[in-house]
Parts: sequence; structure tokens; C-alpha cells
Amino acid sequence: MNLEFSDEQKFVQKTARDYLTENAPLSLCRAVLEGNKPYDPALWKGVAEMGWLGTAVPETYGGAGLSHLELVLIAQELGRALAPIPFASSVYLATEAILQAGSEAQKQKYLPRLAAGETIGTLALAEGLGDFDAESAAGTSFDGSRLTGVKVPVSDGAAANFAVVVAKEGAGHSLVLVDLEGEGVTRTALASFDPSRPLARLELRGARGERLGAAGAGAQVARDVLDRAAVMMGYEQIGGAERALELTRAFTMGRFAFGRPVASFQALKHRMADVYAQTQIALSNGYFAAWALGSGSDELAVAACSTRVAASDAFVLASEEMIQMHGGVGFTWEYDCHLFYRRARALAAALGTPNEWREKLVSRLEASGFVSGTGSRELAAD
Amino acid sequence: MNFDDTPQEAEFRAKARAFLSQHLEKLDPNQTAPNLLGEREDKGAIAWAKRWQATKFDAGWAVLTWPKEYGGQGLGRMENVIFNQEEARFETPPPIYGIGHGMLGPTLMTHGTKEQKERYVKEMARGQVVWCQLFSEPAAGSDLAGLRASAVRDGADWILNGQKIWSTGAHFCDWGMIVVRTDPNVPKHDGLTYFIVDMRAKGVEIRPIKQINGATGFNEVFFTDVRVPDTQRVGGIGEGWKVSITTLMNERVSIGAGTTGGRIRDVFRLASEARRNGRPAIEDGAVRQQLADAFITSKGLQYTSYRILSALSRGATPGPEGSISKAVGAPFGQRLAAFALELQGAMGGLVDPALAPQEALWQQAYLGSPGLRIAGGTDEVLRNIIAERVLGLPSETRMDKGMPFRDVPTGPTKR
Repeated sequence: MNLEFSDEQKFVQKTARDYLTENAPLSLCRAVLEGNKPYDPALWKGVAEMGWLGTAVPETYGGAGLSHLELVLIAQELGRALAPIPFASSVYLATEAILQAGSEAQKQKYLPRLAAGETIGTLALAEGLGDFDAESAAGTSFDGSRLTGVKVPVSDGAAANFAVVVAKEGAGHSLVLVDLEGEGVTRTALASFDPSRPLARLELRGARGERLGAAGAGAQVARDVLDRAAVMMGYEQIGGAERALELTRAFTMGRFAFGRPVASFQALKHRMADVYAQTQIALSNGYFAAWALGSGSDELAVAACSTRVAASDAFVLASEEMIQMHGGVGFTWEYDCHLFYRRARALAAALGTPNEWREKLVSRLEASGFVSGTGSRELAAD
Repeated sequence: MNFDDTPQEAEFRAKARAFLSQHLEKLDPNQTAPNLLGEREDKGAIAWAKRWQATKFDAGWAVLTWPKEYGGQGLGRMENVIFNQEEARFETPPPIYGIGHGMLGPTLMTHGTKEQKERYVKEMARGQVVWCQLFSEPAAGSDLAGLRASAVRDGADWILNGQKIWSTGAHFCDWGMIVVRTDPNVPKHDGLTYFIVDMRAKGVEIRPIKQINGATGFNEVFFTDVRVPDTQRVGGIGEGWKVSITTLMNERVSIGAGTTGGRIRDVFRLASEARRNGRPAIEDGAVRQQLADAFITSKGLQYTSYRILSALSRGATPGPEGSISKAVGAPFGQRLAAFALELQGAMGGLVDPALAPQEALWQQAYLGSPGLRIAGGTDEVLRNIIAERVLGLPSETRMDKGMPFRDVPTGPTKR
């Protein structure tokens, strides 16, 4: 057993940290928040040039041919920087879906352009209120060549060039690739809780689509893709929580009341310790999930749920405490606290909420033999 | 990164399992963990523990991480954990060597004289004598350096007086390690000295403490003019704090994540058996949400301990993640037990193992859990440690800083 990232993997992370420190200050996130663009194109171009978009894409398709262990560390750094780019939609979701289910021709067509950042993809699943799973996507149908239905909300739907749409086909669900700039697609940018992670509405009226994977296999592929994305986004959330805590620490050390730094009061010290502890619990679950993701272990089904819940909760807690410990200025538009507060909430709402993943976790544990003691060695080790 | 055993680790695991199978009964994985069902420290259980330790020692399976010169096997922490994981699959006597082997032995190896190491450490390994720790006092817990038990020099000896408390297993121990004040005229940390004390010596009186769970694992120990030879001093005069820190650092490593008082799978089983709204409780949405959280925290603690182990086994100093195990684990243990009792409904009011679900494991865990939030660093002290040593936040204002100990204010309540 060895639960450490290798020196090479840590070097990838350090490179990412250095690059983002230089090129993605929080003012970049704020500019997207306050401006009209759905993301920062210069940072997107830079991230593409760094090769991060194709981190886990094989070299034959224009990627770096590394593993998901490198990718989660890059995600952690993007989370720290609150990077205002459609990385999650394009890399965790669209690229993963094509890697998982794409035909050879589809991989050759899409992956090199995704890795180069020349095309942006996303996943179109949700249809209003409901669980974030294929079974809830009942209002969009695919007849083998054309798509009809409304998808809302779709992450980065206004910025993306294509979407992987989850649609009904016959009795089951299929994944369908659709060109968002083509005929029969109307998209509307929506006012979003975190404008640096903007949402959109997609209306599909006979839009031409191409099946990704087998007909009827869409629900299973979507589940696999969401599990994988949950781990990567978990690292992004952990990165966000770590940065929120660091900034809270720095502020409370410099802010004096009653003749001493407010960071010296136990009421604040103990809560900062709790934020740290919750973030570490999330990270420890994340280590296991990253290993399961990188090694193809079927423990991923459970580990993804744990990481998704723990990381979402840790980032939300860190961002709430960040505002509280800043006091009045934390509630101003001018201070950066709300950037974290918005991002934490946006990421917790993406991919299905933590409560949905709690339910998934227990269902999967029941199915795994955990309760009866017939599960895997890892699950039995309690 | 790899969660699986390496080929060498797998081979070691198989060897350990083979040895254990020769001597112990395998536990049924669906039975409630037996070591948690109250205290089993009666005479018979202590004798059983000593026999099992001797068997392990004679076969080369005792104190695995200790150097060979002290009776250990010179193995790494990884092998130690693997052995412990395997041993936990079998029915074993109560653990009575944690303090001696985990804390006091390593302290003597670091600070003891050559004669002390020869005389005491080797003997400790085979476990036929048992050791306890005498640190806390009625008026010195979190502020341990404020302790008041004293030792005064008398020729080649020291005369000990005062009271210690919360001494685990003192009633069946042969030797103790004690820290006392030898100079009240200097600031509190500078006037302490560390000794080995014979628990059977004249003037040592041991009184069990009845805890809220009815068990008596801890003791008060009174010292009245107890004579201790200077050859039993560990470290220099006035260096007791430094030596104590070695003991306490090893305590934190020993306590680790095993503080939940019950297995998470037992709670899932309980939720399958208990009923709510006419259906198994595990089908209830609110119960499922709580089960998920319990699983995630439990796994987070387990993987945190693996992270620490990975770092330690390649020779690194434990990272800051180590400090969270107890800070999270101890209050989690209490919440988990409360949840299990909630699942039991009215049956949660019983404590009879013959009637209460899962042999009253969770009743015992709930009654025992407040102790785990206090012993070995309270929740509050651990949060201070994380805040100060990990996050670098300002340390607490100390009213007694630099003050001779005799002038430090004391409250009206000594206890």
C-alpha cells in the first residue's frame, strides 16, 4: 500500500500551481462574474497550451497520455484559482463520455480538438426539477437521427460547441452528440448563481444528432461518466476549500479587535480547525477515489459517492465560514468571499446534489454486499 | 499510489494469518465486535492476555516495530498494521499493552540510560510485567505542565508525594512512568522530572474510578512518601517535560483513528433489522442520508490513517493530517452511537446485552464515547493544536508564562 502521489505527479501539480498563480488571479474570475463573457478565453487558450485539457487523453488522439491521477491534481489547482473556464464540462464530462463510449471515428474526430481546446463540449442531462440521472431525462427523444426536447440547466451551454445529450430512444436512453451551432438548436444563456460557471437552456427541435455508444446504453454510460467526473470535481472543490481557508486565515490574522488579531480567538480558531479537518476527510476519501479511478477498480462506484459528498460539503462549509469570519466586509461585492460562496454552491449543484449522492452511496453499498459482509476486501475492512 | 498490498506485504499478511490461525479462534464477521462489549479486565482476562503475548513473543510476532535488541522484530509500521488487521479477525484477549509498547517503551529507548533499557525494555516486550502511565492529576489535565505531585531528593533516592488520576490499568500493572515536580521555584515546564516507579512500592495506593459506563478501567493513584532510587530517573532533573513530550507524541500515533467504538457495518445491519413506518429502517430516506454520512466520515478517517502510515513508512515525519484523526474520530464516535440508539427506538433504553440489539454494543459505545472526547487531548485542545501548529494561528494567551510555579494562581476547585 502506498497512498502518495509520485514525485512526477506532484511536479505536474506544482507546475499547475505556478502557472495559475501567474495567470489566474482571482481578478480573472471576478472579471467574468462582472462581464458578459461566459469564460476567460485567454486562460482557456493558456490551459490548452499547457496540455491540461488532454491530460488523460491518449497520445494517439492528441492528448498527453497521462492518467487521472495527474488530472485530479490539476483539477485541485483549478479549484484553488476559481478558474473561470469550462474545464469541468469539456474535460470531466464531454471528453470522458467520448473516451468511455466513442467509436474510433468519433474519438479521432473529437478528442484532438477537445485536447487542443479548439472545441468545447458539455453534457446536457437535466430537465428542470428532478434527479440528475438519465431516468429523469424523459422529455428529450432521439429517433436515430434527430433530437427533440428542452435541456435546462446545461453547464457552459452557451460556450460549448457541442453537447453530449442524454435522450430517450425507444424503451431506453442513448447518448447523442449534437452540434450546438447547427440547425434546430436554440440556446439561451441563463442568469446563474455563479456567472463564472454559467448555465444555459438548450432547446432542440429536430436537431441532427449522432449516437455516442450503443442505443439504449446511455443511462449506464452517463452513470459511469458522472462517477468519474465526481472524483475530478471533488478535487476541484477541495482546492477551493483550501484556498478559502488560506484567505480566511490571512484576513483574520491581520484584522484586530479588542487589541488582538481576531484569529487568536478560540471561537474562530476552532472553526478554522474544523474547516481544515473536514477538508482533510474529503481529501482522504479523494485519495481512495483517485486511486480507484486511475486503476480502473470497481471500488470507484462507492468511492465517487463519498468524495462527491465530502468535497461538496467541505467547500460549502469553507465558503460560508469565510464570509462569517471576514465580518461585514465579507458581505460586500468588493471582497472576494462571494466568489468562493458562489462557486461552492454552483459545484454542489452540478452533477447532482450531495443528498442525491448520499442516496446513491447507500444503494450501492446495499448492492455490493457491504451490509451482509460479502463485499470486497476494502469494503469489508471495517 | 496503490491501495493494494505489494507482493511482499501480501506474503507477510499470509504468514501472519497462518500464525494466528494456529493459536486463535476466528471471529464470525457477522458477530458484533467482541472487544467493545464493556471492559474485560478481570484476573482471568489479564492472565489470558499475558499468555497470548508470551506466545507471540516466543514465535517472533511481538512488538514488531521495536528494534531486535529490545526483543522486537525491527519491522516497519506497515507490517505492524497488517498484523493488527489480521489479528482483529480473531478472538483475542483485551489489549493491555498499548501504553507500555506504544508509548513508554519508545520513551525509554529515547531517553533511558543503558542500564534502564537493559533492565526494563526487554522485559516489557514479552509482557509478563505490565506498565502504566501516571501523568494527569485532578488539577492538571489539558494543562498537564501544571501538575503538583512532587519529588524531593533524599540521598540516593527521591521521596514522592501527591495524587495521579486516569491511570489506565494501574490496578493490574507492575511498573509506572510518572512525571512530578522537583522544583516549584521555576516556570512550570522547567521544574518537572520523569521517573520509573514500582507500583507495588510502600506508600502507593491504587483506587479504581467508577466511570459513567460502570467500568473501572482507570484509577486514582496516591503516593505517600514513596521512595524511588535516583537510578529510576529518566532524563535529567528538570527535563521531565521534554521526556513527557516523547511519550505524548507516541500516544497520538497510537490512538489514531480507532476511536469510533463500533463498526460502521454494524450500524448498517442495525438499520436493516430495525423498523420504521412499518418497513425496515434502512428504507427510510432520512436514515439513508445519515448512514451515508457515517460511512463517509468513517472511511475518511480510515484513509487518513493510511495516508499517515504511507508517510511514516517511508520515513517521513507525520504530516498535519495526523492531528485530525482524534479531533474528528472522537466526536464522530459519539454521534454514531447516538444514531445507532435512535435506530433502536425504545429498545435503545435497554443495556442488558441479552436483550438489547447487538448485545448492547451501542449503549456501551454511547456511554464510553464522552471519555474518548476527553482522554489523550480533549476536542478543544486538539482544535487548538490544529489551529496553532497546522494553520499557524496565534497561540493562546498564557497568564502563567514565565512565572515561577509557586506563584501561578489556582482556583478554589482543585478537582
